[in-house]
Amino acid sequence: MKNNKKILFYGYGNPGRQDDALGISFVDEMERWVRAQNIENIDFDTNYQLNIEDAEEISGYDLVIFADASMEPIKGFEFSKVERSDAQVEFTMHAVSVSFVVDLCYKMYNKAPDAYLVHLKGYEWELDFDKGLSEQAVENLQGALDFIKEKLLGIVKNSSTIIL
Amino acid sequence: MAKKVTIEPVTRVEGHGKVTIHLDDNNQVAQSRLHIVEFRGFERFVQGRPYWEAPVLVQRLCGICPVSHHLAAAKALDVIVGAGTGDGLTPTGEKMRRLMHYGQIFQSHVLHFFHLASPDLLFGIDGDPALRNVIGIALEHKELAVQAVMMRKFGQEIIKATAGKKVHGTGAIPGGINKHLTQEEKEQFLNGPDPLNVDKMIEWSLGALEFFKGYHAANKDLIDKFAAFPSSHVSLVRKDGALDLYHGVLRGIDNDGKKILNDVDYQDYLEYIDEEVKSWSYMKFPYLRSIGKKDGWYRVGPLARMNTVDFIPTPLAQKEFEIFQAYTGGKPNGMSMHMHWARLIEILHSAEMMKELINDPDLYSGDLTVKGTKQKEGVGLLEAPRGTLFHHYRINDDDQIEMANLIVSTTNNNTPMNTAVNLAAKQFMNGQTEITEPMMNAVEVAIRAYDPCLSCATHALGKMPMDFKIVDKNGKVINQKFKNGE
Repeated sequence: MKNNKKILFYGYGNPGRQDDALGISFVDEMERWVRAQNIENIDFDTNYQLNIEDAEEISGYDLVIFADASMEPIKGFEFSKVERSDAQVEFTMHAVSVSFVVDLCYKMYNKAPDAYLVHLKGYEWELDFDKGLSEQAVENLQGALDFIKEKLLGIVKNSSTIIL
Repeated sequence: MAKKVTIEPVTRVEGHGKVTIHLDDNNQVAQSRLHIVEFRGFERFVQGRPYWEAPVLVQRLCGICPVSHHLAAAKALDVIVGAGTGDGLTPTGEKMRRLMHYGQIFQSHVLHFFHLASPDLLFGIDGDPALRNVIGIALEHKELAVQAVMMRKFGQEIIKATAGKKVHGTGAIPGGINKHLTQEEKEQFLNGPDPLNVDKMIEWSLGALEFFKGYHAANKDLIDKFAAFPSSHVSLVRKDGALDLYHGVLRGIDNDGKKILNDVDYQDYLEYIDEEVKSWSYMKFPYLRSIGKKDGWYRVGPLARMNTVDFIPTPLAQKEFEIFQAYTGGKPNGMSMHMHWARLIEILHSAEMMKELINDPDLYSGDLTVKGTKQKEGVGLLEAPRGTLFHHYRINDDDQIEMANLIVSTTNNNTPMNTAVNLAAKQFMNGQTEITEPMMNAVEVAIRAYDPCLSCATHALGKMPMDFKIVDKNGKVINQKFKNGE
């Protein structure tokens, strides 16, 4: 399927911590689906956390969709536009937030992609080698996948990067 | 009225840390403590797992330095599969691991210096908090920010080429490595378009050192006196005394430079090192048995390494090492802020090592693994970015791990970090009636010099702003501030 916009899906989290794997699982599933649909011009990346070099990576894309697990009291999943911000909302600076990465990209390269975040509600965070995603997390993942697949087909069809 | 100031958690430090500063009735600092909620359950989780899984499993311990844990576990398991104690691998196996390790050291040190430390230097400890990060650098020193990002990216690419992937890499396996470097990767790392080639990394590493030395010359009081204190130092060194971050023998020196650990085999580390438990901290306090609990503590990390080694086996870093050594007349250096200087020398050394290794034909052909007579127990040590990292495993007859013991770099630096916090608190808070953001940051600067990685917290979005509390001797909160809070 022809696609004129350069799109990146970027999931992050620690897959060894049960539902913290939601972001990476989301991107892995999206990659399988996009390959099966044969949609051009879409890349996929995953990591334990975001960091400053990701500002350089996203600078080459028109649209970036980040995916991460959430401990917040959201329902299932949330999808939101990422606004640039230099605020340091996280307690660690060995990792940085999506808003921070997009802002750093803009300040270094005078441009930044349209960016969105899929925020997937998780429930279990234990270090347990035998347990994967919790049952509820799998449901949330599926809901987010269905939602994004539909959105992606829409923006590819319209050659747009505006989802919300 | 006696007060207790709590900084919780410490920003720009991985994991969950809290600083408590007790003030007496005259607002003098009576005592300061760094409390760390460290995850200590990992050893239990690997029990019962097949030993060959450990190099991958241990990466779940921490998303910040997974490569260090990956390699330390693999080194311990080399012993168990009978492949020797670090120098028994095939040339390809050892050199590929070294390339992975130097890529990790390079990118980790770069993140620390450009993103965490240099903002304090460029904008000052009392500078605008909104600018004291890489965003501030991007706004006012864009070239430095771009260098930081591209150096990080280069290190990450080296890791990806040697470990296989960014998350849960599989490169190092018991007895060796599972792949060669390709000619395409060689071409990319040596001759890739600017700035992503190793010569540019060396050039920028030299530039960062010049930046620091210039800053040092203009700010000697801060760099030389801030949280400076004498201590012992411990690290691996190569058998001939050279800096070697991947393998060697354990050396310790005291504040006079006298050897207190005389190049011993780390397989026997339990004969030399023990850990003390204190009631107020979740993190243990390692010490040298020969000296005892009270005075046997030591520093690890870049500063310790510059103090323990005799020389650096790459020419440009050696030249910088000589300048570093000359500054204290060859005596051990106890200045906490010189940790940054030492870290920059190691960035340069790592870049030089990467170039040497990428040019080595052994990376492109040759046997990947070696095996020998299986052993029941093995210890793997290496110098992680933050200091000496210990992995120790014992297996049963069914090849399952029955015992694991890890001493991570940050644990080794527990007493030194507490000492640095106490000194910074006394320097900036004594006699003050109001606790300000710059005072809090001064304490954090002392902690950040050690680049602690408290690890293991999941990092899902939107939690934990900084929380400052002033509590009187009766436990009543008399003042509270949130940093980055709502």
